[in-house]
Amino acid sequence: MSKHDSTVEKNINFMGQRFIAMVFSGLLLIASIGSLVVNGLQFGLDFTGGLQIEAEFAEKADLEKVRTILAESGFADASIVYFGAETEVMVRTQQELKKGVKEKILSALEASTDSGVTIKRIEFVGPQVGDELRDQGGIGMLFALAVVMAYVALRFQFKFSVAAVAALIHDVIIVLGIFSIFKFDFDLTVLAAVLAVIGYSLNDTIVVSDRIRENFRKLRTGSAVEIINTSLTQTLGRTLVTSLTTMLVLLALFFVGGELIHAFSIALIIGIVVGTYSSIYVAANVLLLMQITKEDLIVPVKEGAEFDDLP
Amino acid sequence: MLNRYPLWKYLLVVAILVLSLVYSAANLYAPDPAIQISGASSALEMNTLTLGKVTKALKANDIEYFGETLTNKSILVRLRDKDQQLAAKETIKGVLRDNYVVALNMAPTTPHWLRNIGASPMKLGLDLSGGVHFLLEVNTDTVVSDRLKSIPAKLKERLRGENIRYRSVSVNQSGQIVGVFKTAELRDKASSVFRSELSQASHSLAAQYTYERTEEMGNFYIRVRMTEEAIREVEDYTVAQNLTTLRNRVNELGVSEPIVQRQGRKRIVVELPGVQDTAEAKRIIGKTANLEFRLEAKPRASSTSKEKFEYRDEDEQRATGGAYLERKVVINGTNVSSAQAGFGPESNLPEVNISLDSEGGAKMHRNTRGSNVGRRLGVLFIEYKTRTQDKKGRPLEKPVQIIEKKIISLATIQSALNAQFRITGLNSPAEASELALLLRAGALAAPMTFVQESTIGPSLGEENIKLGVISVQLGLALVFIFMLLYYRVFGFAANFALVFNLVLLVAIMSLLGATLTLPGIAGIVLTVGMAVDANVLIFSRIKEELKQGLSPQMAIDAGFNRAFTTILDANLTTLIVAVILYGIGTGPVKGFAITLAIGILTSMFTAIWGTRAVVNLVYGGRSVQKLWI
Repeated sequence: MSKHDSTVEKNINFMGQRFIAMVFSGLLLIASIGSLVVNGLQFGLDFTGGLQIEAEFAEKADLEKVRTILAESGFADASIVYFGAETEVMVRTQQELKKGVKEKILSALEASTDSGVTIKRIEFVGPQVGDELRDQGGIGMLFALAVVMAYVALRFQFKFSVAAVAALIHDVIIVLGIFSIFKFDFDLTVLAAVLAVIGYSLNDTIVVSDRIRENFRKLRTGSAVEIINTSLTQTLGRTLVTSLTTMLVLLALFFVGGELIHAFSIALIIGIVVGTYSSIYVAANVLLLMQITKEDLIVPVKEGAEFDDLP
Repeated sequence: MLNRYPLWKYLLVVAILVLSLVYSAANLYAPDPAIQISGASSALEMNTLTLGKVTKALKANDIEYFGETLTNKSILVRLRDKDQQLAAKETIKGVLRDNYVVALNMAPTTPHWLRNIGASPMKLGLDLSGGVHFLLEVNTDTVVSDRLKSIPAKLKERLRGENIRYRSVSVNQSGQIVGVFKTAELRDKASSVFRSELSQASHSLAAQYTYERTEEMGNFYIRVRMTEEAIREVEDYTVAQNLTTLRNRVNELGVSEPIVQRQGRKRIVVELPGVQDTAEAKRIIGKTANLEFRLEAKPRASSTSKEKFEYRDEDEQRATGGAYLERKVVINGTNVSSAQAGFGPESNLPEVNISLDSEGGAKMHRNTRGSNVGRRLGVLFIEYKTRTQDKKGRPLEKPVQIIEKKIISLATIQSALNAQFRITGLNSPAEASELALLLRAGALAAPMTFVQESTIGPSLGEENIKLGVISVQLGLALVFIFMLLYYRVFGFAANFALVFNLVLLVAIMSLLGATLTLPGIAGIVLTVGMAVDANVLIFSRIKEELKQGLSPQMAIDAGFNRAFTTILDANLTTLIVAVILYGIGTGPVKGFAITLAIGILTSMFTAIWGTRAVVNLVYGGRSVQKLWI
């Protein structure tokens, strides 16, 4: 036990800042929810439906120029990307295929280049899929949360499942909120990323919770705050290394992965940062708020098991 | 002794590693661009003559090809250059007649020994391979009321037969059968008639209907509606039927790996990888084939009342030169509810069993009884086609839409036909199944509309794969370097586990026939990032145990053991989410969930047992003073 006490002294006082963290999280959540309510999300064509135009330029297309000219002609929402080659451009806009729209886009594209441009394909992508996916996704999400809560309550304790789900909701809302605030395109790949953030956030929170549970059972002395600080300090190394390795991959995706994976990697990068933060501050904070005690975690049957392990 | 695996555990790890290497190896063989030629109907067989025409045309146009293979059903020609694929298709189309289907294809190059053990490369999703994606919605709204439409007439007949007076019996707009009666007594008597009639009509349980008795302003009502489950069943049947029809049509396109899947309650997804010509795909998918049942014209019938048709089967056509049918149509394809090929219960000869809806059954009965027994009944298959060549095979300036009506069956009426009858006297089981297929193809259960269509360019796919692969490689390299620097010997073990994990993941996905999509790649990348987590957990635990003064061997053992529950809890929770996502998700979400779920399982295996094997091999069973961790 003396060895444990020596480590307790070197503990980082994470929970000392817990009220600051609470305010910080609160502000982030308010800003996110506010923006989600006011601005909503900038749904991509996968969700909203709209026009998809494939154009071929005679020379290398200047995307910036195309973007500004299209914005001037009333297509401010258009997303413009290279499509395979630098002479081929894909324009996506959430407008409907009405009479004259094609001509308007064509003339805007022509104005952006000195050499010729032809429209290879123009088509309307139906929006209804998005609705169905969104509805299903919402219900599914709630269901998933319920099952996860049940599992954590079973393996740990009810207070831990509240903490885990709180951290999860915290992370998802903030990722969505940042997408809303900065008006990034929310398409299907971003949805995949948000789902991944859920997985990551859970993973992180469970690892920290696991240590908290262990220490509550093992350490005889110390207040709840101290035990949580000990646990967080012990897992800090692991938390940082895992976040770092995941981040290395995501940075590679972000810088090298190409246009289509861009939004995906941004969402995950935000998610990892927020997820790491929340596993330290949100989950533990909720546990303290719910006044976790040793009694919550007593194992009735295997009481003596821990002592056998001690040298 | 601590940290030593028994031999079988090492062997197991090695065996799994070798197996996964073999099965993932299939992905190293890039498929060849190819052209596939098949007959527009399955009766048309390929022969060396056709193959000769094709190769000659390709040579004349300087298109390099190799490995041409010929089977009864199709010809496959591999090309050296992917850019020539479209040109090759046009060239071949130019020399063959319209009744051949020429399609772009990707021919697998997996060696035989790999294919023999079931190893095949992962399929690429549309976002990676390019192609077209359609979403169709089946209009099931009218199906239920259509089903009920013919019932009131029968009910009235029965009521009259039993002397029960009614005010009216009809189907209302919300799909209810409503009977109106003067007294409660009449209504209750009628009620049992309703039950017995309906249980007969539906060929199954009466529980499919709910009955409601009410009294409104002196009138006594019975309201019968189908139960929610029954409606669902009808819808399911309708969508399933449309699915079959669509599959048949899509097969006609000769695309290598088409996906025709139900999505949700009444939608169907069609994905055609490698197809660039949306218009043609849409035409064939949306093609409205139909059927007409007509009696054969009497020999002395006036020319205004009869019409000559060709047989669809070329041999039959050559032998007979066609047949005259009446102009009057008995029933058409919308009345056909199913057609199945089978064998006669007594004769054991091939036959086709046909079911009609009740309206069709009544019409069929009226037209095949009495003096019409002994005449022949013809089935016409009607297709809406686009012709690009004239009859002599010269290309037309503009494609022409034509309606083609051909006889697929002309059989003698043995006795008056009802809603259920069969066509016998077929030459072979193959002929029976072809006829059943055509009958079904012409019997689209409910109309469909295109909800969504999109085309994904293949160049986008190539670019995506390239960038995706590069970024995964880069990310992996960075993680490798970091792990080596940070955990040294243990980092090496973790890196081994990571590579093992990737190979295993790819092997399992290939074995399951999972489709690789962009979110799927994302899932793999995420697994790479998260797979190290288990090792990081173990290693930090070992470090802690060392700090607490445990001997190196003890620390290794304690580290692995203590970290195990943590890893299990963390991964199981994520696995739950992945499974639920798979259950509720569609398309991209599903793809992501599959990769994530498999990734969690493989990473747990490799990170715990794979790493342990390496660590045990390095440190196990000897005295260690210091761990390089």
